[in-house]
Amino acid sequence: MTNRRDFIKKGSLAAISAALGIDIVFAESMPKDLIPILLQENGFYTKFNKDKDMVILNDRPWNAEAQAHILDDDITPASKMFVRNNGIIPEKIDIDNWTLTIAGESVETSKTYTLSELKKFPKHTYQLTLECGGNGRSEFNPPAKGNQWSIGAVSCAKWTGLRLRDLLNDVGIKKDAVYIGYYGADTHLSGNPDKQAISRGIPLSKAMMDETIIAYAMNGENIPLAHGFPLRLVAGGWPASASGKWINKLVVRNKVHNGAKMGGQSYRVPCESVEPGTKVPDDQMCIIESMPVKSLITYPKSGAIIGENKTLDVRGHAWAGDLKVQQMDFSIDFGATWQRCELNAPQNKLAWQRWSTQINFPKKGYYEIWARATDENGVMQPMILPGWNPKGYLNNACHRIAIKVN
Amino acid sequence: MENKNILSKIKLIYWFTISIFSIVILLFIGAIFYHIEPSIISFTFNNNTTISETIEVKLEDNTLIKDGIHVNTGLKEGEGLMLVVQNCTSCHSAKMITQNRATKEGWRSMIKWMQQTQNLWSLGENEEKIIAYLAKQYAPQKKGRRSTLSNIEWYTLE
Repeated sequence: MTNRRDFIKKGSLAAISAALGIDIVFAESMPKDLIPILLQENGFYTKFNKDKDMVILNDRPWNAEAQAHILDDDITPASKMFVRNNGIIPEKIDIDNWTLTIAGESVETSKTYTLSELKKFPKHTYQLTLECGGNGRSEFNPPAKGNQWSIGAVSCAKWTGLRLRDLLNDVGIKKDAVYIGYYGADTHLSGNPDKQAISRGIPLSKAMMDETIIAYAMNGENIPLAHGFPLRLVAGGWPASASGKWINKLVVRNKVHNGAKMGGQSYRVPCESVEPGTKVPDDQMCIIESMPVKSLITYPKSGAIIGENKTLDVRGHAWAGDLKVQQMDFSIDFGATWQRCELNAPQNKLAWQRWSTQINFPKKGYYEIWARATDENGVMQPMILPGWNPKGYLNNACHRIAIKVN
Repeated sequence: MENKNILSKIKLIYWFTISIFSIVILLFIGAIFYHIEPSIISFTFNNNTTISETIEVKLEDNTLIKDGIHVNTGLKEGEGLMLVVQNCTSCHSAKMITQNRATKEGWRSMIKWMQQTQNLWSLGENEEKIIAYLAKQYAPQKKGRRSTLSNIEWYTLE
């Protein structure tokens, strides 16, 4: 299939018309950079300033993922961050009047802060891994519904803001507080203003961690609109849906928060493992918390053809939710034997870790490089798909790339 | 008289030089500030406050099919196609369909979920026709526990 970028390269209406085999109506009045909806995906790349190798999964709402080879940076730049939306991205952000209200049954008294008040709290910067709970969904069998993420719904940017803990201590929370829920300015896909697109949250223990922050900057700049401008709750190592975007309200709850996409089957897996294809009742589904150990090969790009007797530099990242990655191994014989990689310490807790190695291939042929991380509890990535679950979450099977030695 | 003329010219040159000089100094100071704290230029937040309106250009002929694909949505040609176009793609992207695979039962449960939570209307007698289209055109593929690596773009790495 010809893709969108080929059309942009060709760049002319004539080319587009020819490809579609039809004439475009009102061609004269079309702006120069406008491509029909089927091909242009509503200008995603320019609107959100995204790398051309990002792959769009859905345009209403916007969902797009990176490919492994563009995630090679130590710190993920905004242009290569996956975009995952449950609702419609807010269009107008009134920065001067933006406030964050802390409410809920378990606050002493509800309190509202302006952005400048929030910026007076002690400022912290952490590099934090955010991965979509459904990253890897496309591999499950039987298939799970939803956006069919492959491997690129993960990022590790540098987030700056105040600790959620400092804010909660400033407001004062009651002894019965157990959960924090967020509300954001995004709107429900149906356009119904009474409906929330998503309102998830985290238990108090996660909220009190040093690295759980209310961010107002990413990679030293304002948070890009698609990633939560002007305020985002960032809870690294957990499904990225716990890190609410465009937040204007936090609620301190005396029970598990019950906002949109907290209940039912959303961001939940069977409490007890099930046979593939099983229908699991809602009350037997448990909320996903820390994400499992996982890794990516970010260099080289899959499909490299190299000469015989050449040493290949290979590198990537590894992460393990709330835990540290303790060991990294690779295999070039489909998992029969494994060799140790070099593994760096994380920049801070909840940041992914750089790994690297050099590989010499014994003879000509087709190879796959498989990468396998092990967390600090000795838990490894599986080589085949992990436990099936109805919504296709938590696929942390080894990443594989193809190599030919000529 | 001539003196006066020369004097006014000198005055003109004098003020011109002063102005140029001031502008250069201001730019220099600005550049230093920017060097120290690049975010000062984003204090206005202008670049982030709005995003441009969604541009939608739909081809006039909404029934056009090319190479077995419905041009406006990318859906596969087949019995029930236009019912799907009308009932599904007015609220969400057709990519929501084309990237998914399910049996009749699976598609039915998605419709039910959309009716319960996403304001999807009752599909009446069209429901079975829509489900039949989806289950035929977008049926699950047997993938096993791990697929062969496919769609590899081979390139020479020096």
